Amino acid sequence: MNHLSDLLLGRLGRDALPFWEMLKDPTTSSIINGIIATGAAAMVILGALVVAGLLTWYGKWKILWRDWLTSPDHKKIGIMFIIIAMVMLLRAVIEAAIMRAQQALGLGGGFLSPEHFGQLFTTHGTIMIFFMAMPFLTGVINHVMPLQIGARDLSFPVMNTVSLGLTAAGAALVMVSLVLAPFSTGGWSGYPPFTESAVNPGAGVDYWIWAVTLSTLSSTLTGINFAVTIYKKRTRGMNLMRMPLFCWVSLCTAILMIFGMPPLTVATALLALDRYLDFHFFTADLGGNMMNYINLFWAFGHPEVYILILPAFGIYSEIFANFSGKQLYGYTTLVIATMAIAVLSFTVWLHHFFTMGQSAHVNAVFGIATMLIGIPTGVKIYDWMLTMYRGRVRFSIPMVYALGFLMLFTLGGLSGIILATPSVDYQVHNSLFLVAHFHNMLIPGLLFGMLAAYNYWFPKAFGFRLEERWGYRAAFSWIIGFMLAFFPLYALGLLGMPRRTVTFFTPAYLPWTLAAGLGALVILFAVYCLIMQLWQSVRLRQENATPIGDPWDGRSLEWATPAPPPEYNFPVLPEVYSHDPFTEQKSGGRAYQRPERYADITMPANTAMGVITAVTGFLMAFGLTWYMWWLVIASGAVALIAVIARGYARNTTRVIPAAEVQRTHERWLDDVARTTPVTRDHEHTRANRGLAVPPEQGAIQ
Amino acid sequence: MNISNLGPVTGIRGNPGTRLIRCWITLLSITLLAGCSDGHISFLDPQGPIARAQYEHFWFVIGMCLIVVLPVFIFTPLIAWRYRYHGKAVYKPSWAFSKVMDTLIWGVPFVVVAIMSVVLWQQTTTLDPYKPLDGPQKPLQVEVVGFDWKWLFIYPDQGIATVGRLVIPADRPISFRLTSASVMQTFFIPALGSQMDVMNRMVTRLHLKASHTGTFKGRNMQYNGRGFHKQQFDVDAVSPEAFDEFVQRVKQQGQPLGRQAYTALSRRGTSEDVARALGLHGDTVRFSRVSGALFSTIVNSAHADWAAPVARPPRAGPAATTNGDSTHPGTTMPARAIPLRQTTRATSLPQADHQHRETAQ
Amino acid sequence: MSTQPSRHPGLNLGEPHAEAHSANEEFVFGFWVFMMSDFIIFGLLFATYATMLGGQAGGPGPDELFELRGAFIETMLLLVSSFTFGMASLALKYREDRKWLIIWLLISLVLGVAFIGHELLDFHRMFDKGGVPSRSGFLSAFFALVPLHGLHVTAACIWLIALLGQIAVHGLDHGVKISLTRLAILWHFLDIVWIGIFSLVYLGGLA
Repeated sequence: MNHLSDLLLGRLGRDALPFWEMLKDPTTSSIINGIIATGAAAMVILGALVVAGLLTWYGKWKILWRDWLTSPDHKKIGIMFIIIAMVMLLRAVIEAAIMRAQQALGLGGGFLSPEHFGQLFTTHGTIMIFFMAMPFLTGVINHVMPLQIGARDLSFPVMNTVSLGLTAAGAALVMVSLVLAPFSTGGWSGYPPFTESAVNPGAGVDYWIWAVTLSTLSSTLTGINFAVTIYKKRTRGMNLMRMPLFCWVSLCTAILMIFGMPPLTVATALLALDRYLDFHFFTADLGGNMMNYINLFWAFGHPEVYILILPAFGIYSEIFANFSGKQLYGYTTLVIATMAIAVLSFTVWLHHFFTMGQSAHVNAVFGIATMLIGIPTGVKIYDWMLTMYRGRVRFSIPMVYALGFLMLFTLGGLSGIILATPSVDYQVHNSLFLVAHFHNMLIPGLLFGMLAAYNYWFPKAFGFRLEERWGYRAAFSWIIGFMLAFFPLYALGLLGMPRRTVTFFTPAYLPWTLAAGLGALVILFAVYCLIMQLWQSVRLRQENATPIGDPWDGRSLEWATPAPPPEYNFPVLPEVYSHDPFTEQKSGGRAYQRPERYADITMPANTAMGVITAVTGFLMAFGLTWYMWWLVIASGAVALIAVIARGYARNTTRVIPAAEVQRTHERWLDDVARTTPVTRDHEHTRANRGLAVPPEQGAIQ
Repeated sequence: MNISNLGPVTGIRGNPGTRLIRCWITLLSITLLAGCSDGHISFLDPQGPIARAQYEHFWFVIGMCLIVVLPVFIFTPLIAWRYRYHGKAVYKPSWAFSKVMDTLIWGVPFVVVAIMSVVLWQQTTTLDPYKPLDGPQKPLQVEVVGFDWKWLFIYPDQGIATVGRLVIPADRPISFRLTSASVMQTFFIPALGSQMDVMNRMVTRLHLKASHTGTFKGRNMQYNGRGFHKQQFDVDAVSPEAFDEFVQRVKQQGQPLGRQAYTALSRRGTSEDVARALGLHGDTVRFSRVSGALFSTIVNSAHADWAAPVARPPRAGPAATTNGDSTHPGTTMPARAIPLRQTTRATSLPQADHQHRETAQ
Repeated sequence: MSTQPSRHPGLNLGEPHAEAHSANEEFVFGFWVFMMSDFIIFGLLFATYATMLGGQAGGPGPDELFELRGAFIETMLLLVSSFTFGMASLALKYREDRKWLIIWLLISLVLGVAFIGHELLDFHRMFDKGGVPSRSGFLSAFFALVPLHGLHVTAACIWLIALLGQIAVHGLDHGVKISLTRLAILWHFLDIVWIGIFSLVYLGGLA
């Protein structure tokens, strides 16, 4: 009997429960930490139960299955990616707030145990990178890019669902690790030999390895999908130099994903071989070399940060152009700069470990390369400023984020150059200065970009604008909260405080950690504002409806569709003749035209591959983590059979008859005819139903 | 910048703006530091020539970057306000390129980066931690071993060692050889200079100097488990006479570093735990006798010979190097092959205890 | 020579295959991109192997463990299978019936399975001599690179069996043709990777 339960449960035991330690060995510390951990686990279970309960109460399971989980529609998949990102954002921000509270109160002690703190900074980093940032940007590109290039969907819609399934599986694994603990304490970078089984034999590092593996596989497939779509599915007339800049950055991001994710797949796979099968890649003895891991990890890690930031740059390009009522300044320059950044991002990885003992010349070469990559980035900043110049700037919520980004991100660039200088890096490496720098790039850079995209494209995706009062509160709170939470960290790093330290013994650090703790509270308020904004928006969706689909007087093709767009995006694939094709159409009075003829449209049929991938991926990863080999084999077999079976499937498309396309389209055109267009003065009012007063020779009204 | 001189801080010839900011920051730091007697914790208050050079380069980098950064801060709000939707400024919706502007925004950063690259190359080479410091005095050799979660400092020429506290003579170059007896760590004394990673089976090098006497903080910067935050030590820079006295005192009052002591060191715990295990109070330990081959044994992970004779005689001339360890890690695999039995892992010195709970000795 | 547009690098099916020929443009391009990412993985494992050649830790090295004869047999098995798969592709493109297509595919499958079998026996022989991955970093690196290639060959063989099944069920429809084109790319790619392994690992180790 015992043997059977060992076989079934692997090494899963009662000590995996978050309150076990507290019960077995009650001390003040274990009780406080046990309560926090159990509380978090309870939230996960409660959350899952509430969602399941609501779905059952409102009878939405069938709709969920048919319209969302099995849908190959890039727009729906994009939304689902973003939902995952937002849920994980909430968790990781709370984790950050707990860590900030600990450091604010932690001179010489604090309430968090070192092990708990170790897990918190590891999950915070892992979640934010792999399960917040990557899904968020993947979701935005997924939703918007095909519309912008005039395509009906991505090149490989089924593979798109598989990518979503893999990311969902990884996110689920990380959430389950709250209930069946512990997670790794090795940081999001997982350096051996600390993460080898000699030092950390438990399930924690394995959780991390498999969650990250699921995420990297997902992103590699996504990169392939995006790149092929952009190369092969642009509509007639949309040559590469007429694409919106957002599509250029999507292409570069995709290339970075294709070439930048494999090093991490290799690094984690080799670490897994070390841990599971006693290999010696990164052990200190028997011929292993831990420095190999570090090189492999950062060969991924540096392109990764450009994967994170390039889409944000693309979003800002769209926003600056649109809300300045002007053509984007320096399109060609921006394309060159984007490509330069993508290429150069593979040449700088060593700056993440200047202190590992390389020769001075090697360090200097990489330091100079790092400074070089700052040049195209700086050019972009100035190009955006020049986009506003001689424009007519509207301070919408996306623009608030964009302006905050412009100034704050530049500061982060400055701290980056400091870190790029090896001799100075020897002082601030692995300190809070480093932490402040990368948050300075990621929050004003990536996160503000994503939130701006969320406010900008939400009306297109759902047909109504987001509520504005809470939206402005969120934007300003994020800006102020970020500054208050992270600028003190620059000071702390310069004063010698390391990262990943649960507590400190230098009273000089205290005023700064207190200020940072306050900043974390402001950020929590910002998150609250975002939740309130969504709540109010749904309540006010009739008032703020923008069914015609062009609430911001947009410049690119996605605004030329209804909101939300039909599954097939365009009744007839458009032909473009220039940049900013929709503005060009509107200026020339050629927008909202009735096509000459309608044709049947063939779209991909629903598929369960994504769901199967998610379930089998999760079960395999869970089984590997807890040594439940039967589960690994069984779910692996199911996945293999599903893939083979999919190959036999032949009815993989559905046809939408021309008559239906015509009906839907003409109904929308009638709506357009009946709607009053608005000038930008009334952009934020109920009068804005998504139809703009056409520009006169490019001048936005 | 020639760091062998002990001249006064010349400072960078920055513009008044940066000097003002620099004063303000230093004042702020010192104000905050004034309340504590913890010793120097940061390179903002440099106590050695390396830290001083790093401090000055830091401000140089900021100054140069401000050339490109300040216009962003100034012009972004200006442009956004002047060209607002309800404003009366000129509106050119199709103005999207200007040769002059593009030349400026590509050219100026390029020039700035070019200048900074030259200085970067110079400084990186000069401040290379592997580069011995110039000076009339022979460097003091110190061998550093990182454990979980304490540092062992071996003085090979003096034949003594300490845990948790590093005493050095002021105004004399120190030549460090570093390794780890456990996972990857990073050795750091901010007030004096660079941090350096330490890795098991490899030797890294570091050269530092304290300009004058004082107490400085040192610590590990690379997370290595639940005692990471406690892995700190004090550095005392004292006069040469005081240093000799210190060596004598350790030889008289310390205990020999034998198998028992090494077992205590290998167990996971802080320097305080080691002291307690050896029947001492406080959080530092002094070893009066250390095997001369201890450091290389730890690096090569052969068995230690606890009966081996004590320290070699002091070396003559500038830092002599042993087999290959003046080069950079990755080329420092042990010169002689250690015969290993086929089926077992290589054994290090008494097995480090990696279990969660510390076992009683 | 026909002046048909070439839609992707490699053997194009041509106009008679109409739908498959056009659809292949996107599908095959995507598959090439996927192969590139796979290539990066193999490249990194080659690099890891090269840096760990020195990490033998006193254990058995190439001289004790590598056998040129066995590696040569494996090389010939794969090279010939690449040739036979090429013949299969030509049969797909130029013939109306399926007979020769299936014959060439079966021969390729047999050769592929023979390769895997021989390789497994070879690993077994290495284990007997103490060449286990847990012995040293060098052996770990070997056993990451070469078995990963073997796993890929296994996957290709499974795919080939699945396709033979699809031909039985659906006939030579355009889904099967697209899949065969992509499998061909994988098959030849694995052959190229093996040439790298044979040259750098076996020949390089024994030189």
